Amino acid sequence: MLDVLIIGSGGAGLVAALHAKASGANVAVVSKSYPARAQTCMAQGGINAALSHADIDSVEIHIEDTLKSSQGLASKEAIEALCREGVEAVEWLDRIGVPFSRTQEGEIAQRRLGGATHARACYAQDYTGLKILHTLYDQCNKEGITFYNERYLLSLITEENCVGGVTVLNIKTGEVELFKSKSVVLATGGYSRLYTKYSTNATGSTGDGLAAALRAGVKLSDMEFVQFHPTALKNSSILISESARGAGGHLLNKDGERFTDELAPRDKLSQAILEEIEHGGGEVFLDIRHLGEAFIDEELPQERKLVKLYEDIDPVKELIPIKPVAHYTMGGIAVDNNSQTDVKGLFGVGECANHNVHGANRLGGNSLLELIVFGKQAGENASRYAQGSSLTCKTDEQLARDKKFIQELRERSSEIDFYTKRAALGELFYKNVGIKRNEKDLQAALDELYALQEQLPQMSATDKSKIYNTNLIEFLEFSNMLTLAEAVLISALHRRESRGAHFRSDAPDRDDILFQKHTITYKEGESLCTYM
Amino acid sequence: MHLHVKRADESVTYELESGSETLLALLEKIKTAQDASLSFASDCRSSVCGSCAVRVNGVEVLACAHKPQDGDTVEPLRNLPLIRDLVVDMDRALACNTQAQAFSSTNSENIKVSQTDEKLNELQSDCILCGACYSACPVYAVNENFIGPFALTRSWRYVSDVREQDVADKINAIQKDGIWDCTLCNECVPVCPQGIAPKQDIVMLRSKSGVLGHMDPNMFGGGGLDFGAPSF
Repeated sequence: MLDVLIIGSGGAGLVAALHAKASGANVAVVSKSYPARAQTCMAQGGINAALSHADIDSVEIHIEDTLKSSQGLASKEAIEALCREGVEAVEWLDRIGVPFSRTQEGEIAQRRLGGATHARACYAQDYTGLKILHTLYDQCNKEGITFYNERYLLSLITEENCVGGVTVLNIKTGEVELFKSKSVVLATGGYSRLYTKYSTNATGSTGDGLAAALRAGVKLSDMEFVQFHPTALKNSSILISESARGAGGHLLNKDGERFTDELAPRDKLSQAILEEIEHGGGEVFLDIRHLGEAFIDEELPQERKLVKLYEDIDPVKELIPIKPVAHYTMGGIAVDNNSQTDVKGLFGVGECANHNVHGANRLGGNSLLELIVFGKQAGENASRYAQGSSLTCKTDEQLARDKKFIQELRERSSEIDFYTKRAALGELFYKNVGIKRNEKDLQAALDELYALQEQLPQMSATDKSKIYNTNLIEFLEFSNMLTLAEAVLISALHRRESRGAHFRSDAPDRDDILFQKHTITYKEGESLCTYM
Repeated sequence: MHLHVKRADESVTYELESGSETLLALLEKIKTAQDASLSFASDCRSSVCGSCAVRVNGVEVLACAHKPQDGDTVEPLRNLPLIRDLVVDMDRALACNTQAQAFSSTNSENIKVSQTDEKLNELQSDCILCGACYSACPVYAVNENFIGPFALTRSWRYVSDVREQDVADKINAIQKDGIWDCTLCNECVPVCPQGIAPKQDIVMLRSKSGVLGHMDPNMFGGGGLDFGAPSF
């Protein structure tokens, strides 16, 4: 039996694995893909730490900026922990070899991102997430961490409110497998793909860890808070990093005029852009031409390549058409200040968890920081818990149930095409549960969602193969999406106010008396319940 | 537009409306609208996760960065165990990174890295482990244990890092089945979606090995086990 099992091989999972191993635990990582293919590699802008390399910054100001952006929904204590550990986190990354961009003085280079009062984001060109993720992966190889790749999480195994392992579907073989472990760290990423093609995220961001946690009786919190990134490419939703605006890029309306502060927080900016698209003429552009070709090639090489590929436009010479799309999910598995969920031995970290540091709106550069700081915390705490635990859960029942479930799915005929329904869910969410929401639209979306849930038993994978059946995996992801979509909707209906990324046009003001608290979602029997 | 996709031992032709989409977008269209059993790997669709490398008309590309032409033939990567359709097993190839000790060993503190130092391996650290170079490499025809282009580039990424205090172990790790097995044929260079030149990094590693007292085992006839690697 393992001491610590990490689910997910993105930044959060790898950091947790390294620290669990360093504190003496027997660790393994289960991943639905391969390490280094995770969403983390898409993070471009940077990782925040008050190093003061570019201007005079301080941990206190970092705390203040983060608190302000969170709009009263974050925990001051958690934010303080995050920001205070920031400097050490970046120094650790530097020690293990992350190739950060440098200043002329040989210091780690920093740039200013939206909502930050100082140049605080340490970066490596626009490949910050990629280079951090790969360096972490290399360290895992150095430490001999075991990876079980291409395993899809099915269920958490719990008994008497304690975790005992997980069941997974081995994608390569088609077999259901059991991993027994004294503690489990969920590091499975967010759920932005609920918005399907209206998301910057990789296709794997389907919230599998959250859905499994919910089924195991774990609480989720603040699920209605979905961050929309202001600048995704209009036709493909490919992300154009905030660093383009941090470096001086402008947002222009159809008349070529600036209409907003480009470095406002993402919630405000997305709302301003949507307003311009809906009422100002339908089009908004990002303009980085004035930054010059040399600067763009040095600081934003990836952006230039992607804009050329997807929009057939050279941003050195032309305007980039953009729109805001779903980018990051602030909501997640409710964890305490030790990264522990309310199931003993079960920890959550990264985007799948809600550590109460982002509140109603995340600041750019704080999510990479969160992975490093709380990844360490989760790894160490999971290791400590495992070493003091002798519990052995009964695992046979869950394993048998999941084998039967997968077998049934393989035998079930598919009368309704789930790919069509998946696309419809994305359209519905972008339209009704997007940047602007109201009671009527949310309720209509919930009604449609219930209809989809009712149809689910008539859907399945049409591909019945055992070996590498991505059709089946995508169906399982879709089932999870339907569960989480309900959690988002009932939470969004519950919160009759506007705060950060959750903007209700029928309740445009923030209401601290009634709503300065977390929205909790949990499962009771077969129904989802919510309270504040 | 017609797209021929190699599936197991047969080639399956799909007919699609042609647009300006990427190959990955077309594969997704096939999967969601025509044939749900078509298997391929993908994730980020922005050329950073390295999941979707395939061969088009015999040349390695990222499906998400390739605009296909009518009649293109799509095949899985070579030199890697085929799992299904366009999906290959990367486990053994990725293990080469560990074999090459391609990681930071020193955990050094307070070493200044200048802008010039950082540029030494900026490009090498852009690698996304897509496997394109591994597939294009002809050495695997004669030595399946070859550490291979991406792992050797990754080795150079750390060997050239000024923060690494002692690189002797890393250099030792790539002598056997490593830098001297490369034929410097250059096949890995044009296929890299990130513009990395593994061959160049291998040349740098050979030079560093020379400085540390290693010798090209092929120089004096290779001890009788010469698989055709050139001596130069």
